[in-house]
Amino acid sequence: MGTKLYKRVYVWEVPVRLFHWLNATAIVVLAATGLFIGDPLALMSQNEAYETFLMGKVRFVHFAAGYILLVVFILRIYWGFVGNRYAQWKNFLPFGKKKAKRIKHFIKHDVLPLPSNEERYYEELSVGHNPVASTIYIIFFFMLFVMILTGFGLYSQNAGWWLPKMFSWVPPLFGGDFGTRLVHHVTMWLILLFVLVHIYMAVYHDVVEARGEISSMVSGFKFVRWERFKSFRKKANKIKEILDEPVEEELMN
Amino acid sequence: MAIQTTRETYYEAIINQGYTRRDFMKFATFMAAYLGLENSAIGQIAEALEKTPRVPVIWEHYQECTCCSESFIRSDHPIVADIILDKVSLDYTETLMAAAGEQAEAAKHETMKKYHGEYILCVEGSVPLGADGVYCCIAGRTAIDQLKEAAEGAKAIIAWGSCASNGCVQSAKPNPTEATPIHKIIKDKPIIRVPGCPPIGEVMAGVIVHVLAFGKLPELDSMNRPKAFYSKRVHDSCYRRAYYDAGLFVESFDDPNAKKGYCLYKVGCKGPMTYNACGVIKWNNGVSYPIQSGHGCFGCSEDNFWDNGPIYERLTNIPGFGIEANADKIGKAAAGALAVGLGVHAVATALSKRKEMRRRQRAGEVNLQDLDD
Repeated sequence: MGTKLYKRVYVWEVPVRLFHWLNATAIVVLAATGLFIGDPLALMSQNEAYETFLMGKVRFVHFAAGYILLVVFILRIYWGFVGNRYAQWKNFLPFGKKKAKRIKHFIKHDVLPLPSNEERYYEELSVGHNPVASTIYIIFFFMLFVMILTGFGLYSQNAGWWLPKMFSWVPPLFGGDFGTRLVHHVTMWLILLFVLVHIYMAVYHDVVEARGEISSMVSGFKFVRWERFKSFRKKANKIKEILDEPVEEELMN
Repeated sequence: MAIQTTRETYYEAIINQGYTRRDFMKFATFMAAYLGLENSAIGQIAEALEKTPRVPVIWEHYQECTCCSESFIRSDHPIVADIILDKVSLDYTETLMAAAGEQAEAAKHETMKKYHGEYILCVEGSVPLGADGVYCCIAGRTAIDQLKEAAEGAKAIIAWGSCASNGCVQSAKPNPTEATPIHKIIKDKPIIRVPGCPPIGEVMAGVIVHVLAFGKLPELDSMNRPKAFYSKRVHDSCYRRAYYDAGLFVESFDDPNAKKGYCLYKVGCKGPMTYNACGVIKWNNGVSYPIQSGHGCFGCSEDNFWDNGPIYERLTNIPGFGIEANADKIGKAAAGALAVGLGVHAVATALSKRKEMRRRQRAGEVNLQDLDD
């Protein structure tokens, strides 16, 4: 027993964290303002229309947050090509033997709440995203893409700028603004369901693994068991070599 | 152009009808205004109508209620009805032509043969494809048969109203007759879709005058609707828009807000999703339009409007989830169920992993004793 040694690893680079938090903020703001736009409060105001601009302001915030979402979305796409191994796109596809093993591990130890042998548990623990999470992130990323398409599609008709106007082909795909709005609305709920699971799993990993899961998205660092490092394995091999040396033969000589 | 000498021009036809040149110029001005053209276009329209020989029009009626024709003959300027619906241009229309039966069919076939590739085909109504199209038969032949025959020699097709351009009410679920809009049947002809139930009379006049006078289609959007009339949402030209931006809404049709003329968004107005010119051109010669009379727009010119949720509610029904289910209700239920599931998972995890968690806790406490701080 006793305490294990951990090493600090820089997992999440600045653009990844920036994407995460700007995206999170944008989603919260967009969902809140979007729900308001969909079903505004009953204002019992005695003001004339020229004295208030509530809906206009809410819509402005919604559109502004939409632009932030778009910008960080593009940033993340780019960083998937130049970032470190945990930011790379190939990281998000659940293919390969190693990933299959880890998916099995995740289902066995995390989805099914079974008691786990700590040593075995840490052997197969992913340092970055586990493959189940990363697969869900790809789906989530696609949902963001749908939101950007439908959102800017609905916005494009009133836009004066070429960028949102580029999305004007979207509403006809869904049979006009009715269908587009429905897709926009339903996808928002799917994203909110994702957020629920995402936050739960972040807390879960932080509590169960106690290696700085949540704070890693602030600092960028995660703590990884010493046994997982190449340098450790090299040293361990050396010790093993020493132990395996034919001592008796030497003595005999 | 041998035809030009044998056929009279629109101008000649109009003057022969007893209109003065002044009436004619007023008409040209009206049309330029409807089409959103600048002043110089008035002369162009007048010139085109003076020089262009009349183009024959065949106006077919399939699954429809004739509200498009009704709307059209009530459009602002009397010449509109005369130029198209009177004997000037219209060679065939079941509703208004004097001929009937075999005589009418003969007239149509005569036009189709004589002006092959030149005539304009106007279609009012959708075409039923179910049961080999027997749900709509004219002169003993199915609508689909009639349409294909008439479309073959047409220069262009105008799909009048929501029936011809979207399928309208008869294509609402479960669409028993398989009512189908024109553009899904005819693929090789230019088609102008002029949706609305009915379309505004002035819009119809503008479209057809543009086609007849200039010999080409008006500028169309990605859904083949004339841009001049369908590029803006009803919402964007609504005189109640200021109340929307202020967040002041009618909560129910009998509340003080309704009396004050606040925005009808929350009682189901579909103006924000509907592309039409109602807020600008209005109805009945510019007298009023639905929102002005206190009723929300219900999106009659939008595809599938009949199935797109309740008329007097804001939220859209999700297809396949029953009449009472809207996106927010389903979303809240799903989020609630998920939260319960996650809670159960958390408790189960705390129980199943209690041994190792306790071990870690003890190790942490021992380490604290060892800590030099």
